[in-house]
Amino acid sequence: MIFLYLFLTFFEIGLFGFGGGYGMLSLIQNESVEHWHWLSSSEFTDIVAISQMTPGPIGINSATYCGYTAVKNAGFSMPMAVLGSATATFALVLPSLILMILISKMFMKYMHTRTVTSVFTALRPAVVGLLAAATLLLCTQENFSTPKEDLWQFCISCILFAASFYGVKIMKINPIHMILLSAVAGLILFYE
Amino acid sequence: MIPLIEEEVVNRKQWVSKDEMLDLIAIAQSCPGVFAINIATFIGYKLKKRRGAIATTIGTALPSFLIILLIAIFFHQFEDNRIVAAIFKGIRPAVVALIAVPTFNMAKRAQLNKWTIWIPIISALLIWLLGVSPIWVIIAAVIGGYIWGTMRGES
Repeated sequence: MIFLYLFLTFFEIGLFGFGGGYGMLSLIQNESVEHWHWLSSSEFTDIVAISQMTPGPIGINSATYCGYTAVKNAGFSMPMAVLGSATATFALVLPSLILMILISKMFMKYMHTRTVTSVFTALRPAVVGLLAAATLLLCTQENFSTPKEDLWQFCISCILFAASFYGVKIMKINPIHMILLSAVAGLILFYE
Repeated sequence: MIPLIEEEVVNRKQWVSKDEMLDLIAIAQSCPGVFAINIATFIGYKLKKRRGAIATTIGTALPSFLIILLIAIFFHQFEDNRIVAAIFKGIRPAVVALIAVPTFNMAKRAQLNKWTIWIPIISALLIWLLGVSPIWVIIAAVIGGYIWGTMRGES
């Protein structure tokens, strides 16, 4: 059953994932963390980190990782888990494949019409909202800790968040460098 | 990724012209799904129809698939390692910030005005506080945009 759920879920994500990798992020998070509990919110954050550092698209990376982990956590063996990651990745790619072939075949001429343009005028702001929601949903106890649980980790996490935001948005530091810097900070400040 | 694809497909292999490539990028960006996969499918289909599309799609997905599969298989063994745990504790808040930055960048690019500024705010609140699926938000935006487009077209 889990294979069927994986297939349907990632097919849906592939079909509705507008707005590039970041737009897709909020869909993947909603389905795999909030709805199916295939991943914890910190596991999801780790996948995003790994995706930033490896060349591949975030959608493919999450599907592969999610498929593997979900099947593994359900108690299956490793070969089954590999099959699970293949299922999820295939399901994610399938809508693109079908849609792009259809567009190449017949809808090319509709792509610049007024109706399509108006749809995107509404879609683009909605994707901004999706991304804002993804950010808010990731501000969890697992990612930041809480003042009660571990005041030290909470304060450092907030500082790292602010520094990374400032570094990438204002100082235009490369995101990969920012991740590496915070990895070093984590190693020095959190190693116990 | 775009410059990489352009260099390979337009300049070296000359499978599509530069103008065609610009069109393909525009379409692939506005369609749902992974951008690189969309572009790859287009080019594959153009060259060798359905079989070409399948070949380029697999080719684009396979490297990421293999890399992440390896990480997924081995990461669990290191998760409890104290060094890895400390590193990831530092990385996680930074990653949340890395997702916050494109939110603002995309908001700027979407050229929000006093009417459209409500779309992202309401969408975010629906998803964050009420647990509405982002898919419904997308469907609503598509329908809303379509209705608005037809009304504007008639008047």
